[in-house]
Amino acid sequence: MADATELAPPTVRRSWWTRLPVVSQLRQSIGLQRGMLIAGLVLAAIFVLAAVFAPLLAPYGYSQLRDAAGTFGAQQPPSAEHLLGTTVGGYDVLSRVIWGSRTALLVIVVAVTASILVGVLLGLISGYFGGWLDRVLVMIADAIYAFPSLLLAIVLAIVISGGQSSMWGGIFAAALSITVIFIPQYLRVTRSEVIRIKSEAFVESARVIGAGHVRIMSRHVLRNSTRTLPLILTLNASEAILTLAGLGFLGFGIEPTAAAEWGYDLNKSLSDVTAGIWWTSIFPGLAIVLVVLGLTLVGESLNDLADPRLRKRAAGPEPVEDLGVELPAGQQEGEQR
Amino acid sequence: MKDVVEITDLAVSFATDAGQVQAVDGVTLSVHPGEVLAVVGESGSGKTVTAKTILGLLPETARVRGAVVLSSKDGTTEGDVAQMSAARLRQVRGRDAAMVFQEPSTALNPVYPVGWQIIEGLRAHGRYTRAEARAEAIDVLRRVGIPDPEERIDHYPHQFSGGQKQRIVIAQALVLDPGVIVADEPTTALDVTVQAEILDLLRRCRDEFGAAVVLITHNMGVVADLADRVAVMYQGKLVEQADVRTLFSAPKEPYTQQLLAAVPRIGEGLARAHERAARRPEGWEEQAPVVRARDLRIVYPGRFRQPDFVAVDGVSLSIRPGEVLGLVGESGSGKTTIGRAMAGLTRVAGGSLEVLGVELRGVRERTFRPVRSKIGFVFQDPATSFNPLLTIAECVAEPLVVHGRAENAADARGRVDELLEAVQLPRAFGARFPHELSGGQRQRASLARALALDPELLIADEPTSALDVSVQARVLDLFDELHRELEFAALFISHDLAVVDMLADRIAVLHRGRLVEEGTGDQVLGSPREPYTQRLLASLPVPDPVEQAERRAQWQRLRGAGA
Amino acid sequence: MTTTVEQPAPETTSKGGGSLGRYIAVRALLIIPTVFILVTTVFVLMRTTGDPITASQGGRLPPEQLAERIHAAGYDRPILVQYWDYLTGILHGDFGTTLSDHRPVTEVLTTFGTATLELAIYALIVAFLLGIPLGRLAAFHRDKAPDAVLRVLAILAYATPVFFAGLMLKLVFSVWLNVLPVAGRASTRTELTLQKVDNPTGIYLVDALRTGDPAVIGDVLTHAVLPALTLGLLTAGVFLRLVRTNVISTFGAGYVEAARSRGVAERRLLRKHAYKPALIPIVTVIGLQIALLLGGAVLTETTFEWKGLGFQLAQYLQARDFVAVQGIVAVLAVIVAVTNFIVDIIAALIDPRVRY
Repeated sequence: MADATELAPPTVRRSWWTRLPVVSQLRQSIGLQRGMLIAGLVLAAIFVLAAVFAPLLAPYGYSQLRDAAGTFGAQQPPSAEHLLGTTVGGYDVLSRVIWGSRTALLVIVVAVTASILVGVLLGLISGYFGGWLDRVLVMIADAIYAFPSLLLAIVLAIVISGGQSSMWGGIFAAALSITVIFIPQYLRVTRSEVIRIKSEAFVESARVIGAGHVRIMSRHVLRNSTRTLPLILTLNASEAILTLAGLGFLGFGIEPTAAAEWGYDLNKSLSDVTAGIWWTSIFPGLAIVLVVLGLTLVGESLNDLADPRLRKRAAGPEPVEDLGVELPAGQQEGEQR
Repeated sequence: MKDVVEITDLAVSFATDAGQVQAVDGVTLSVHPGEVLAVVGESGSGKTVTAKTILGLLPETARVRGAVVLSSKDGTTEGDVAQMSAARLRQVRGRDAAMVFQEPSTALNPVYPVGWQIIEGLRAHGRYTRAEARAEAIDVLRRVGIPDPEERIDHYPHQFSGGQKQRIVIAQALVLDPGVIVADEPTTALDVTVQAEILDLLRRCRDEFGAAVVLITHNMGVVADLADRVAVMYQGKLVEQADVRTLFSAPKEPYTQQLLAAVPRIGEGLARAHERAARRPEGWEEQAPVVRARDLRIVYPGRFRQPDFVAVDGVSLSIRPGEVLGLVGESGSGKTTIGRAMAGLTRVAGGSLEVLGVELRGVRERTFRPVRSKIGFVFQDPATSFNPLLTIAECVAEPLVVHGRAENAADARGRVDELLEAVQLPRAFGARFPHELSGGQRQRASLARALALDPELLIADEPTSALDVSVQARVLDLFDELHRELEFAALFISHDLAVVDMLADRIAVLHRGRLVEEGTGDQVLGSPREPYTQRLLASLPVPDPVEQAERRAQWQRLRGAGA
Repeated sequence: MTTTVEQPAPETTSKGGGSLGRYIAVRALLIIPTVFILVTTVFVLMRTTGDPITASQGGRLPPEQLAERIHAAGYDRPILVQYWDYLTGILHGDFGTTLSDHRPVTEVLTTFGTATLELAIYALIVAFLLGIPLGRLAAFHRDKAPDAVLRVLAILAYATPVFFAGLMLKLVFSVWLNVLPVAGRASTRTELTLQKVDNPTGIYLVDALRTGDPAVIGDVLTHAVLPALTLGLLTAGVFLRLVRTNVISTFGAGYVEAARSRGVAERRLLRKHAYKPALIPIVTVIGLQIALLLGGAVLTETTFEWKGLGFQLAQYLQARDFVAVQGIVAVLAVIVAVTNFIVDIIAALIDPRVRY
């Protein structure tokens, strides 16, 4: 056994950043999967950059109706002053599209953060302790999960903001109504992971040792059950955008003077389309499509890579048992491949 | 006659995240008509990959070099599987070579009747009317020993037992009358009594159907029972090839010798048990037992108003200080449940279970917690027994930290190093993560964790059943050594009589939740009283072809008597 | 939208060895708490904002009149009493009366529900015809060009908000090409003809077929094309992804390899061995898509002025008529629960492990 160190499996420690989620998956991916993942990441990056640098990128403010040369005018076709034209309300379409990314990003951040915190906590408690609390929580989660999320969001938007719409009021109304819809999803996913982890030998081992519930939950269960979160996160981010746009389209969004919101602009362009005015609807719509497309591509690729049944390539080999066996001479060099 | 399979200089590699991995390297092997060729090896030896190559069943990520020439049973056609077109491959699969899989439950499609699945194979290779195909399927089902085949042909897989499912999988292979049947660990998923039946059926495949059988296995007892010729593989290479008697009596290569030496044999433990008994002081037998179970009953409550499942019923046993009790039984016998109950992981429903002076029936966690520091537990699956996010040192330190013997993992490092040394792992392994250790190394670390608090009782639940034989031998030796040093009482749970025999002072045999027989190794394995124990013992193939032939005859007598 | 990470566990997996009859009974009992939870959630949420009369009339009426109306409608009673009234009402099939046009919600349902049902059926037909065969195609050509194209299309179908897809289809086919009508379920003349039909079913295509007038049938059909495509494409994308993932994962199962080892052709492996076992979870998950479909219907109907429940809901929302909103949402909750029940039974019926 003295020679165990030499014979032990080679431990390749990669630098820390390659072990981060997304980065490690990017390194694993090949072919089509890699293409999809990269395309998604690029779209998502453009979206975040547009949101962060909106004041620099947008030619006008989101609620700006006039500049030094006078009012913009309503429904103006694309021109040198207004690259993508103006809306029926007389806003610059390009500026509203760019500013809209900021609203969308804020809603995603608030909604996803809030729902992860609550959902993961509930899922952990529900899955770990089981019993009647678990049954009640799961039943509520299932009921809400099966219900049209948009309708629930409408109801919640009414409750939270009463249909009112300052920028932050609107963002929180949208974000919180989305949060309530997402909590059941995080609860379900975390719970099923927790139940799986709970029956694994290392958790049972902690129980045999006599570790308390809090220690087991925090040290052994929680960190091991968050494996699939990055993936749901991306998928939910895209769903958040769609729900926000749906609310805006039905008239529960944010007033144009408070912030730019793509769904609201699409609602206002309904009658434009019939009149053949295309620029007011195509651009905000495309913005939604591209952002959701990007986030979904990232999510789908992560899903494929995480699911061994959907992956084409296996992970690395298992560490080799050290048997201390001498291979017959002449076969040794084969090992040094 | 011409060989049915001729493998020449086969090399297979797979693309993985860690780059190309060579699974099979330069293997040359042939299968004669009507023989049973056993391909033996431990995990990672490439035996399954070699077998799958015969039917061209490797995944797309595999790269194959070399030739695998497959001939039809009548010797009229032959072709290189590695070069065949998809259409040609489809023709030879099933007709020239058929396959029997390890897990009969996954090899059958759950949503179609078993007859449908047999007929599908027939129709893929010839023209049959509905009635002809059905008659063929019924016939083959009868020949593999399915009772009432006329009726059972329309049943779905979940309506059959595990052994019957494997018979059906074999029937699917036999119905096309192939020249060679590749059986990949055909009995690994089955209990030992069922295994004996399936081995008997595979022998009939050779004798009555005239098929050659390529038997892939890691179990030397199975090899001794069934094989005519043996090929030993290690790390993708063919190490040795010989007929079965020569290989067992005079293995040439060191690897084969070591492999054979590592196989546990019944009767080996006897000397050790006597030695241990001799060392014990006077009056040892009068000491208060560490564990005492009386009429123990454990029930898993049924869901949705289904009847409760009684896992353990009316079991009485005791373990005295420093004694190793071996608990043996087939799957579903309740052996694991008893171990879990002793560790406070499963509730006791009836009777009494006293562990280290505490009655566990209706016990509160608070009362039991101090006792936990005197119990160690080693789990079956080395893959999941460590938290993947903690280092080995942190995992081993966990009991010390929980019971206040150390502030944190760093504080416990001195004791952890001692423990790692005791289980013969280098100290440096403390800094590694569990996935960076092999299965055997992980099981040692698991032993270190179980012994961290110097327990009075160690519960080991099939600690070696997931390991290869040679690794198992080392872990069992280590266990014995540590037991001699530390003198803990132990419950050693296993499905393998030979493993239990190596370590146990006394052996208890469980069957369907009830205690069948209990006594010393001499009594239980030497001259079993109960018919179940006799049958269990006779079903266990021993790694010696000559002796196994005699035992087989005895088993057949017992079976005849039982039926 | 279901993530593909965790397929909602079908009840069928926990059925043990129970008979089908008992499974149906247990599953049917589960509808009650589900409906109760949803209905209660809606009530609690809507009423935490205050009473519906203030919400719709607040600021428009002098305070005394407002209080009078609130009292008349009983909204000044303790909330628990109102909740009890609401629950017993629902038990008797009474979901309340709208504030804006004083119609019982059940009447709104029967008047507009048929239009939504018609649209949902069209959409499901589109989704089944496109989603399932294309999903199988993608699974079969996994990671090759057709798969890549289909997957991107499926994601695109999901990423496009229904109303935007509707607007674009309108722009191209109705405005630029001028081949299909812009909005509505039928032209005014057809609407008048259909009103003369005896005992109208409310499903325009059925009524039109009963008139036997080809012009009427054609008119109804042309109006249905764009809404059906809009809602159908969204659902088709979801179906495609579901079928693809599930078929691929069953395609890797042991029994598929076993059948391959017997010389069964690849195409048959996919069609018979991989497809049917994959279908069982698919059916259950498709059941959950009813939620997506109903949510999408609200948006599609608004986009195309398709006068169904969703369109009507949007109207009531504009009017701040929360009694109507609460009633319609509660009715939809019942529909969702019952649909999921039916789907679970279908899944159980095609799974031999449950049947025997």
